[in-house]
Amino acid sequence: MQLSTLTDTIVAQATAPGTAAIAVIRVSGSNAIELVNSVFRGKDLRLQPSHTVHFGRILAPDGSVLDEVLVSLFRNPSSYTGEDTLEISCHGSPYIVRQCMQLFVSRGARPAGPGEFTLRAFLNGKLDLSQAEAVADLIAADSAAAHQVAMQQMRGGFSKKIQTLRGQLLDFASLIELELDFSEEDVSFANRDQLRQLIRDLMGTLDPLIESFALGNVLKHGVSTVIAGRPNAGKSTLLNALLQEDRAIVSDIAGTTRDTIEEVLHINGIPFRLIDTAGIREAQDQIEAIGVEKTLQKIAESALLLYVFDVVATSPEEVRQDLRKLLRPDLHVLVLANKMDLNPYTRFEHYFPEGDNPGVTPEQWIPVAAIHDMNIPYLKEQLQQSVVSQQVQSGDTIVSNIRHYDALCKARESLTDVAQGLDQGITSDFIAMDIRRALAWLGEITGDISTEDLLGNIFGKFCIGK
Amino acid sequence: MFPKYDVIVVGAGHAGCEAAVAAANLGSKVLLVTMNMQTIAQMSCNPAMGGVAKGQIVREIDALGGYSGIVTDHTMVQFRMLNLSKGPAMWSPRAQSDRFEFAKVWRQMLEAHPNIDFWQEMVKGLVVKDNRVKGVRTGMGLEIEAAAVVLTNGTFLNGIIHIGEKQLGGGRAGEKAATGITEQLIELGFEAGRMKTGTPPRVDGRTLDWSRMEVQPGDEQPGRFSFTETPRLTNQMPCHITYTDPKVHEVLRTGFDRSPMFNGRIQGLGPRYCPSIEDKIDRFAERDRHQLFVEPEGRDTCEIYVNGFSSSLPEDVQYKALRLIPGFENAKMFRPGYAIEYDFFPPTQLKITLETHLVKNLFFAGQINGTTGYEEAASQGLIAGMNAHLAIREEAPLVLKRSEAYIGVLVDDLVNKGTKEPYRMFTSRAEYRILLRQDNADLRLSPIAHKLGVAGMDDRMERVHTKAHAAREIERHLESMSVHPDQINGYLNQLGSAPLTQKVKLLGILLRPQIGLADLRAVLPDLHTYLGAFDEESVNLAEINMKYAGYIKKEQELVDKMSRLEEVNLHDNLDYGGLKSLSAEAREKLTRMKPRTIGQASRISGVSPADISVLLVHLGR
Repeated sequence: MQLSTLTDTIVAQATAPGTAAIAVIRVSGSNAIELVNSVFRGKDLRLQPSHTVHFGRILAPDGSVLDEVLVSLFRNPSSYTGEDTLEISCHGSPYIVRQCMQLFVSRGARPAGPGEFTLRAFLNGKLDLSQAEAVADLIAADSAAAHQVAMQQMRGGFSKKIQTLRGQLLDFASLIELELDFSEEDVSFANRDQLRQLIRDLMGTLDPLIESFALGNVLKHGVSTVIAGRPNAGKSTLLNALLQEDRAIVSDIAGTTRDTIEEVLHINGIPFRLIDTAGIREAQDQIEAIGVEKTLQKIAESALLLYVFDVVATSPEEVRQDLRKLLRPDLHVLVLANKMDLNPYTRFEHYFPEGDNPGVTPEQWIPVAAIHDMNIPYLKEQLQQSVVSQQVQSGDTIVSNIRHYDALCKARESLTDVAQGLDQGITSDFIAMDIRRALAWLGEITGDISTEDLLGNIFGKFCIGK
Repeated sequence: MFPKYDVIVVGAGHAGCEAAVAAANLGSKVLLVTMNMQTIAQMSCNPAMGGVAKGQIVREIDALGGYSGIVTDHTMVQFRMLNLSKGPAMWSPRAQSDRFEFAKVWRQMLEAHPNIDFWQEMVKGLVVKDNRVKGVRTGMGLEIEAAAVVLTNGTFLNGIIHIGEKQLGGGRAGEKAATGITEQLIELGFEAGRMKTGTPPRVDGRTLDWSRMEVQPGDEQPGRFSFTETPRLTNQMPCHITYTDPKVHEVLRTGFDRSPMFNGRIQGLGPRYCPSIEDKIDRFAERDRHQLFVEPEGRDTCEIYVNGFSSSLPEDVQYKALRLIPGFENAKMFRPGYAIEYDFFPPTQLKITLETHLVKNLFFAGQINGTTGYEEAASQGLIAGMNAHLAIREEAPLVLKRSEAYIGVLVDDLVNKGTKEPYRMFTSRAEYRILLRQDNADLRLSPIAHKLGVAGMDDRMERVHTKAHAAREIERHLESMSVHPDQINGYLNQLGSAPLTQKVKLLGILLRPQIGLADLRAVLPDLHTYLGAFDEESVNLAEINMKYAGYIKKEQELVDKMSRLEEVNLHDNLDYGGLKSLSAEAREKLTRMKPRTIGQASRISGVSPADISVLLVHLGR
């Protein structure tokens, strides 16, 4: 949590994450009413009295309707936090919630840190000390782990790259400070072209990170989800059950599906690209062999695997054998025990006894009967949950946390100011101001910097002093 | 023999002199005790005041009613405004002083003050009762009573001078060290440390070949430090620049085995930004030359200060190396450079008022707090002197915020973060430097001094009001007056700036990059006439306010954001040990350092944002 921000406007989901009938997003702070009003089509919220509820629509930047909502308005000091607070009840899809959150953030709200609403409530005299104690513990625990988590969440060597570039930016900041504080001395000055290049490099690194913001990315490209299993396990039936239409050719003859089939399934706004595959077995003919090859390739490219098996026809040994071939560390797998109607007593332990388990947990075990739609709603819920809980990340997802997303966007903003300043020939003290800001935002992700860092850098690298 | 004084100031360097004046101008009866009255306000090192960040501090001292700026204006031999190619926050006045005149004028100003008495003797200890200071004890065994004491001992506490393998006890070349105070303070529970600094050789200007050096003249239009009507400088003296070369470095290296820096005899930590010449060639071996500034010590002396050649190498090595420098072939040395080690007290033992936590009404200022520089010392003296006066009367102390003054940054850094090496001010230490400019120090600070009742501030306040009022008027004029394309397109074309197609407000043109008010004045006779009615300072202020409005606003917003933390007070008797959620380090540091506000607590090293949140929670509102 930043210190400078005790009165700015914060936003967070107030209800538990996951699918529900409705979700509540809470916005609190000095600018809360203005901010929500700017994306709200309905009554002018600025003119409404406290403790009133208003129906209206939340509009996306392109003018399209994001959701129909109810806004509850609480004016300072008669609210939970003691500040102006709005509670927006929207439809309970994680997609909609995240879209709304992103919208509010783009309008200037800051994603709230853990316990921050409660902290404000306490600061404004709304809570007693014992409640506040709990909040204090939560805050203390959170920030200790925050940067570590931030760095862990950035995959694919990006954290290292950001750190390297930030190091270079720090060097430049030092050079510019050197020009300012030691202009009288025999020092070389920062090369503006190199600084421009560095800014370009940094933007080049930040842009894909920002682009990759997990949910945005998932929404844009869908979660690639492979349905795989032995021939005749019921993969196509499952696909049809999920899509509720006869899309794949379904027959009792093993090996009917010889090519892969892609369909898009929307669960609460999250698109899943479902890929039905040919069965995995020793192929009987050439065409089938190619199909099997393709299946394995598709699995390699996916984020989510639905492994389907027939509880009557497939032995536990065969299931374990298949899974050992397919499991990968970054692949989220759901094991679907199909045709449960034919053997209702099938249990997880039969298939994955202790001591002989390729790495499947009971949470991943979903018994279904695709042909009767049995447990299909539960399966959909689990699919959605796997995205919401970030077990599934599409291939090039790097940033998944909205606070990091926010920091990256702000860093990019400051860098744009630096670049603009350079183009306009602004003097270096002002450029230094924007560089510092960019460093501070990058520091939100990689850990903080201080003046001492800058000075240490200067004294370590340059011979200065009379 | 002595009356009971309000404030005794020990030491009469830059910190001591300002401390005496600050307390005296608030109405305190002050005794200034010094070991030698012939060395009041000595410039022990460089004969210069100001420079980047330091010049801003001198302006701030002046705006608060201190005398450093006035003395400098009366005694400088050269003036330059540094960093003019940068933004206005970087413009920094620097003066080359006449060392002898500087000390003389300071002494005259002190002697002219009815509230200041003098006593020449070494102070050997403090009189302390029930953790409260009651006066000082001198070498002759005299006890002089006072309600408050300000210690400004500079480099004198157990000072040891190093020249090569020689070690001399002393606080400055030819002057003896002060003993007794450190030992007593340690007994009282203070923690002491050791620091090191150095000074270059002085040479005979009659033996230098000036034709072999670059000339560095003063500004054509020399400025001033004081906001009062001090005289304009005429008849400036030049400085010169020369360089060392590999041959010089080679000779210096022959002395390394006898250098106290390298053989471990000096234990104190020296400033990284003011390294000795041997340190420079050792740490930056790849550089084949280092710049030297050759500076006059005064108008009536041939003594020359070799800025950049600070050294504690044996005197014969210094001499041999000096004579290889271009222009120095026949140089005669007046005295060698030396290093000096002295005691300091880590400033984290101080309150933000510069009073010690351990002993009530005892204040520290200057190098005793681990700082370096005349300006840094003088500004602490002023703060300590004022707060000593206010503490005796149990009035609210003077605390300058980081957003108000470099002096605020300095004191806040010292007491919250402490310092490992001698602390010098840099503009980069100030997070709000766009606001802390030398041109607006009077607007920022004179009202504060005026409110405190500092003598002589009425006139100054009138000037501040006039200046602010005039600037606003000029701003309004440029906002409302338009300029016709014919009047200015010729000039814009010259600049490569887009020509006008219709009438535009003057402000709009001023906001274009690379266009200043002086340029507009040159092509717009009406504007020139209009501005001619105002003084230069008001015109400058108006221009800065308009041209940099965007940046000033950005920074002001940051200040406002932080201000809520700065205004949450913490009581001295808050039981941090009972706050379980605080980290162990934060508990320990907060208990020891007793910050006055949440803002101050947040800057203590080892206190994390999470700790601050915890504090806020426990404080309630």
